[in-house]
Amino acid sequence: MSIKVRIPAPLQKLTQNKVEVEVEAGNINELVDDLEKRFPGVKARICDENGKIRRFINFYVNNEDIRFLKGYDTELKNNDEVSIIPAIAGGSE
Amino acid sequence: MSYVKGLKCRECGREYPANILFVCEYCFGSIEVAYDYDKIKKVLTRQEIEKRPKNMWRYKELLPLSKEPSDGLTTGFTPLVRSHNLAKVLGVKELYIKDDSVNHPTLSFKDRVVAVALSKAKEFGFRTVACASTGNLANSVAANAAIAGLRAFIFIPADLEQGKIIASSIYNPVLVKVEGNYDEVNRLCSEIAAKYKWAFVNINIRPYYAEGSKTYGFEIAEQLGWRAPKHIIVPAAGGSLVTKIKKSLQEFYQLGLIPEFKTKLYVAQGEGCAPIVTAIKEDNEIIKPVKPKTIAKSLAIGNPADGFYAYDVVKKSGGWAEAASDDEIINAIKLLAETEGIFTETAGGVTVAATIKFIKEKRIPKDESIVICITGNGLKTQEVVADKLAKPLKIKPSLGSFEEEQKKRPTADHYSI
Repeated sequence: MSIKVRIPAPLQKLTQNKVEVEVEAGNINELVDDLEKRFPGVKARICDENGKIRRFINFYVNNEDIRFLKGYDTELKNNDEVSIIPAIAGGSE
Repeated sequence: MSYVKGLKCRECGREYPANILFVCEYCFGSIEVAYDYDKIKKVLTRQEIEKRPKNMWRYKELLPLSKEPSDGLTTGFTPLVRSHNLAKVLGVKELYIKDDSVNHPTLSFKDRVVAVALSKAKEFGFRTVACASTGNLANSVAANAAIAGLRAFIFIPADLEQGKIIASSIYNPVLVKVEGNYDEVNRLCSEIAAKYKWAFVNINIRPYYAEGSKTYGFEIAEQLGWRAPKHIIVPAAGGSLVTKIKKSLQEFYQLGLIPEFKTKLYVAQGEGCAPIVTAIKEDNEIIKPVKPKTIAKSLAIGNPADGFYAYDVVKKSGGWAEAASDDEIINAIKLLAETEGIFTETAGGVTVAATIKFIKEKRIPKDESIVICITGNGLKTQEVVADKLAKPLKIKPSLGSFEEEQKKRPTADHYSI
């Protein structure tokens, strides 16, 4: 299952400056693990020391916030597009 | 002379020089300005502050500029009104209204953050400023950019109140109505900000911009005679203001400008958009975003950037949170006007309505000092109350006609909640 992931600027150094990469994953947790396999170092940036995704990093699947879906268990289908966006990019009047 | 040490990640603590940065390059945490308080303590005293002009820059050492301020030189130092009529209705002893509905130049507390953002944008050499806004920020960026001679791009949701649109257009910025809600406008702006080299005041200039809100808290403490009140009720959209009020009192305490600081902080949101209130009530630090549906459009942010921090500050202070329905908002706007002569916008209605609930629920005791934050002006959101007010008497130009019609109008039933 091939998923497109848009990589935020601070992580692009780890993805050889690629803005978009492809991974194989059935949900968001698997997506993070597969990213780590392909681009070692990514997981430490997205997850805390206990391996949990940091609460101030938001994921969007096909432009929908996963908190409106099933959170980190949100299932991914072939050709889905996932964006990783810092929570601070949320609203401020 | 600058008192800024640099920028610091609120999450992992990594430090950065004071450049243009709004997200930690390591962990994506939000970035905050760090100051050299030992140096500030040597120069900033009550006497020194009291000597200065009555505007927000009297606290300039605690604001993140490297040079002298260049914008918003008449902004701030708005009235802290001692309320007698509303206090009587609510049955409380010591009530104050911090009234930014008369802030200069655009009648909302956003003039404070924009004053800092534009001064800072000029230090960085920007010639174009921009923002994503629910209205008040749009008005302020448009006006202050006009004063400063900067180009302005303003992005707003298409369904804003007419008053807020005109109060931006009048300054002739490039005003962009986006077909979507605020959260969609904001996401679009994040993408635009990544591509265009503009000073987006609430995106890439955000760590500096947000510091301007502290002056609202500084003024409350100074105007109360250099002390912190026991309770402050704050409206919440993105959630930043309540965190900055807390920071302002913390800093004053740390600098010895106020003797103690045991203030409980409360947040208020509209019922149809209350992600922060929900998190506090359910004691869940994960903020669940919502699709907003409330007449309080200035607070209609379903995915609040500072939601977690607002939650954290309220919880740690021992405060609470309440949401107000559309009817409650309208009644509260009318109550504040009829008791204190202050015509606030929907956000102020939310705050007053929530205050009524906190007092009824006995979360706020009746004999302690309370400050209600009024952050915007009712002339900008007239349509929400237009149909809810007594119609004017219509008469012929004769004494008889006046006396005839006047009898039909019962005395207004003021002051009941």
